[in-house]
Amino acid sequence: MDLLSVAFVSAFIAGFLAASMPLLVASLGETIGEQSGVLNLGIEGVMLFGGYAAFVVTLATGSFAWGMAAGAGVGIVTSLFLLVLSVLLGLNQIVIGLAVTLLGGGMTSVLYFGNYSKSTPRLGKDEPFSLWGLSDLPVVGDSLFSQPAIFWIVLALAIGVWWMLSKTNFGLQLRAAGQNPNSLDASGGNVVATRAIAVLLGGFFSGLGGAYLALISTGTFTPFMTQGVGYTAIVVTMLARGRISWVIGASLVFGLSVAVGTVIQLTNINLPTDVIKMFPFVVVIVVLVAFARSAYVPPALGLPYSRGAR
Amino acid sequence: MSKVETKAGENAMTETTTKNRSPLLRRLGVGFIRNILPLVLAIFTSGVLLLAMGKSPAFFYGEVLRFGLMGTGWQRSLVMLAPLLLYGAGLIVAFRGKLWNLGYEGQYLLGGVLVVGFAPFVMGSLPLLLGFIALILVGTLAGGAWTLLPAFLKARFGTNEIITTLMLSFVGIGITNILIRGPFQNVDVTVPQTQVMPLDTMFPKIFGTRIHIGILIAIVVVLIVHYVLTRTSFGLRLDVYGASPKSALHVGIDTPRMVMILFFMSGALIGFAAAVDMLGLWGNMRANWNPAYGSEILPFVFLARLSVLASIPFLAFYAVLATGGALASQDIGLDSHFILVVVALILMFMSVIEFIGMKRDLGQSYLPPTLRKALAKLLPQRKAGNP
Repeated sequence: MDLLSVAFVSAFIAGFLAASMPLLVASLGETIGEQSGVLNLGIEGVMLFGGYAAFVVTLATGSFAWGMAAGAGVGIVTSLFLLVLSVLLGLNQIVIGLAVTLLGGGMTSVLYFGNYSKSTPRLGKDEPFSLWGLSDLPVVGDSLFSQPAIFWIVLALAIGVWWMLSKTNFGLQLRAAGQNPNSLDASGGNVVATRAIAVLLGGFFSGLGGAYLALISTGTFTPFMTQGVGYTAIVVTMLARGRISWVIGASLVFGLSVAVGTVIQLTNINLPTDVIKMFPFVVVIVVLVAFARSAYVPPALGLPYSRGAR
Repeated sequence: MSKVETKAGENAMTETTTKNRSPLLRRLGVGFIRNILPLVLAIFTSGVLLLAMGKSPAFFYGEVLRFGLMGTGWQRSLVMLAPLLLYGAGLIVAFRGKLWNLGYEGQYLLGGVLVVGFAPFVMGSLPLLLGFIALILVGTLAGGAWTLLPAFLKARFGTNEIITTLMLSFVGIGITNILIRGPFQNVDVTVPQTQVMPLDTMFPKIFGTRIHIGILIAIVVVLIVHYVLTRTSFGLRLDVYGASPKSALHVGIDTPRMVMILFFMSGALIGFAAAVDMLGLWGNMRANWNPAYGSEILPFVFLARLSVLASIPFLAFYAVLATGGALASQDIGLDSHFILVVVALILMFMSVIEFIGMKRDLGQSYLPPTLRKALAKLLPQRKAGNP
């Protein structure tokens, strides 16, 4: 296959964005949670719940917008587990996170098996929303700038999260809840409320990430379809250390590694698919080893806050 | 506010009196509530879920018992239990040191694939017993080796082990599949899988049952691990490290070395489990096969309070639930992943009950301060309605 043909470049960009965008959305949610001191290890389960809800709603209504809304909404609802059990009651975040992951995987595959395993319906493509002018560019124009509306909304949300974390009073409180909850408490802030809002926002983004994966990236739902995207989001978050530009960059690098893997399959290079599937995780490990010293997390991450405890 | 406090005080007083009256009964009661009640609640809630999906919970659980215990079911359950005991011990070793080894799937599969991959070669050139020992060593070392990188990063740089083990787990699963489709592939069949071990080179069965000697090996090893963890100075040092790595450093424990040892032990036991499972039950491995025992037995090692000895009955319960549940869900037309839901519910109920128990022991209110304040504001209104 000709490596520079328009069809090839389009396929490459499509694969690249399909892998990066859900990860970006999920990582935004995880970043908000981790900055406030809550490690959401259940992100994989929340994404599956969100993806399944989005799939069902879009299948029923035919509307991608409603599907996205349903995914985000269900993400918020499932993050209530983490909110009530880990933030309000202070139970172990890792245990609760694993429970949510198991619950998400189990429930969605049971439901999918019960309702759709015989018909295995697929969704169509969402109407693209082209950037006027840019999408007429040769070669890359159509594949890069002619995207569903949610694509542009996600980019706007990423800027919104950056603005919230670094420019608003609430963002300052949120980071204080993760860095030093005692000082937030002493200054009159409410640690539990701040973390609760962060968890809900995290649920919104994780659910939306799952919905993006199901509706836009793959066009269907399959049990356990996240295949580690949620865990990768946690890694992206830890490497980015709360800097949204890094979140975007790391997500794009991950997407690129997935897309390169797909491209290799199209060329004559004979590499087993297992190697290609493994590639992104190897990249993550290499990055983790290379930046071992700087993979830094908020000091209060994973610790429940109880006033006066030392 | 003061009313709430006096009420809590009264409760604490009545508690102490009952405590003096029958300590044994009370302890049994507490044991039941903390360890068995989560199981009961989870089974009940999953029953409600089954009802919501239009299935009969009574029939489902009846089938679970029928397939898991009756007939030859108990033998199947025991066969499943053998690797789970070792697996559980591996998780417990790491968790006691508060090290989150979540890379168990990669460690298990790598250990397993190397065992079945080398089996034709090893069993062909060594006598049976030596062959078993060699293959178990292969699995054990492979599982242990797969924890070395996360352990080193954790010990040297403090890199979060949750992330490194999880990522390496995915890499391990990938390498396993590469090995199955590559050097270890049985070229005589189209489905990518390793060569099937002949039955006479696998673990012998006990007295004409399906149960292989793996269960005996597992029980012996698990008892040794229990002894090491509870009756040796190493076990004590491990518990000190788990309680507080900083104080462990102060009392002269070499904490980086501790991290390395614990991780290696954990992975080695999981690799051992894989070897027992391969040599005893499976005898070969297909591509993309992954039993994913690890995350499903997590709640049970927590319910056993991270005690290896106590994990035996809990894992036996899981073995029955899983062997029976897989067939029972097929029977009633349900995806076999329904067991995941039951397990997740056990984890959640367990955490909540643990929390309540902890608060009770401390004589504190069950509610977090913010909720308590909100309720205290509501309380006078309630009293008016409820004299």
